[in-house]
Amino acid sequence: MNNKPERVELTEEQKRSRRSRSIALALILGAVVVLFYFVTLVKGPAVLNRPM
Amino acid sequence: MTMIGDIAKLPASAADAAPARPQASVATAGDYAALMKPRVMSLVVFTALVGLVAAPGTIHPVLAFTALLCIAVGAGASGALNMWYDADIDALMSRTSARPVPRRRIAPGEALGFGLTLTGFSVVVLGLMVSWLAAALLAFTIFFYVVVYTMWLKRWTPQNIVIGGAAGAFPPVIGWAAATGSVSLEPVLLFLIVFFWTPPHFWVLALLRVDDYARAGVPMLPVVAGAAATRRQILVYSLLLLPVGALPWLMGYAGLAYGLSSLAAGVLMVALAWRVWTATDGPRATSAARRMFAYSILYLFALFAVLLIERVAGRLVGVSLAG
Repeated sequence: MNNKPERVELTEEQKRSRRSRSIALALILGAVVVLFYFVTLVKGPAVLNRPM
Repeated sequence: MTMIGDIAKLPASAADAAPARPQASVATAGDYAALMKPRVMSLVVFTALVGLVAAPGTIHPVLAFTALLCIAVGAGASGALNMWYDADIDALMSRTSARPVPRRRIAPGEALGFGLTLTGFSVVVLGLMVSWLAAALLAFTIFFYVVVYTMWLKRWTPQNIVIGGAAGAFPPVIGWAAATGSVSLEPVLLFLIVFFWTPPHFWVLALLRVDDYARAGVPMLPVVAGAAATRRQILVYSLLLLPVGALPWLMGYAGLAYGLSSLAAGVLMVALAWRVWTATDGPRATSAARRMFAYSILYLFALFAVLLIERVAGRLVGVSLAG
């Protein structure tokens, strides 16, 4: 009896597109971290205190 | 209750009835970028930038960048949610059939999740980091575009883009609100320019794509009222746009350069609308419509660009005089 779990084998196109999405996500997350860092520097302790 | 660990114990019949394993996605980052309608986004960012720069006072460049980024992401969210909802009619129209959802590059549920995530991100970050008024306006704009325009007006009335055009007119107001934390008459004038520009811009496109819209069952003006009525409405709105475009100058918010530019650009818009109205048949009609569509994009860009240059130049002169 074969107890090996059923696995999805990705095609080459699916692997390429997954890599493209992963790289884009990593870049976006990195950019968001940098953005939040600079906004925190600019706003200082008042970062969460905005008048209407 | 069936826990995850219990799935292995399910009888064969239950396992057979389980839904098929979802296909792994072939969507690339480019497909997700296309979902955000980058060309529309660029015009939104530009008009928001003008609203932001035209506002009195100063805003830190990092916060200005954050505001524009959030407005861009909010516009992208609107585009993704629009493509999720309109996938059925997009598939029927040659202009939109290559979009990621009708091409099955991105599943409708993925487009919905992507749009909602971007909406939450853009509104919350704009509120926390820049201004809650600007964030509220951005949230309202996304709601107006997706729910009022896409879900309701677009498939219901030929006035869809007249009322729905308000969504595209909000970005300069959001930019202004981001810089000042308030809204006054001046950004409302910028809103009015985009609002009155939208109908002739989209109707002249609809004249060129009338078969597309008819096939998809979208009640655009040329489909419902015919080409002649549409041409008349294009001319009427272009005539209305002429004084509306000059309002910032007439009301003292912009200088002579803007005033003369807006009048000259407006007269040319009316002249092209006149050609669309008089050229009713054959290649001449198509050529007139194409020319006006291309010019209408340039018109809006030019008006806002002149306003931007005036403000930047005014500030530079102010700084040099103060120095």
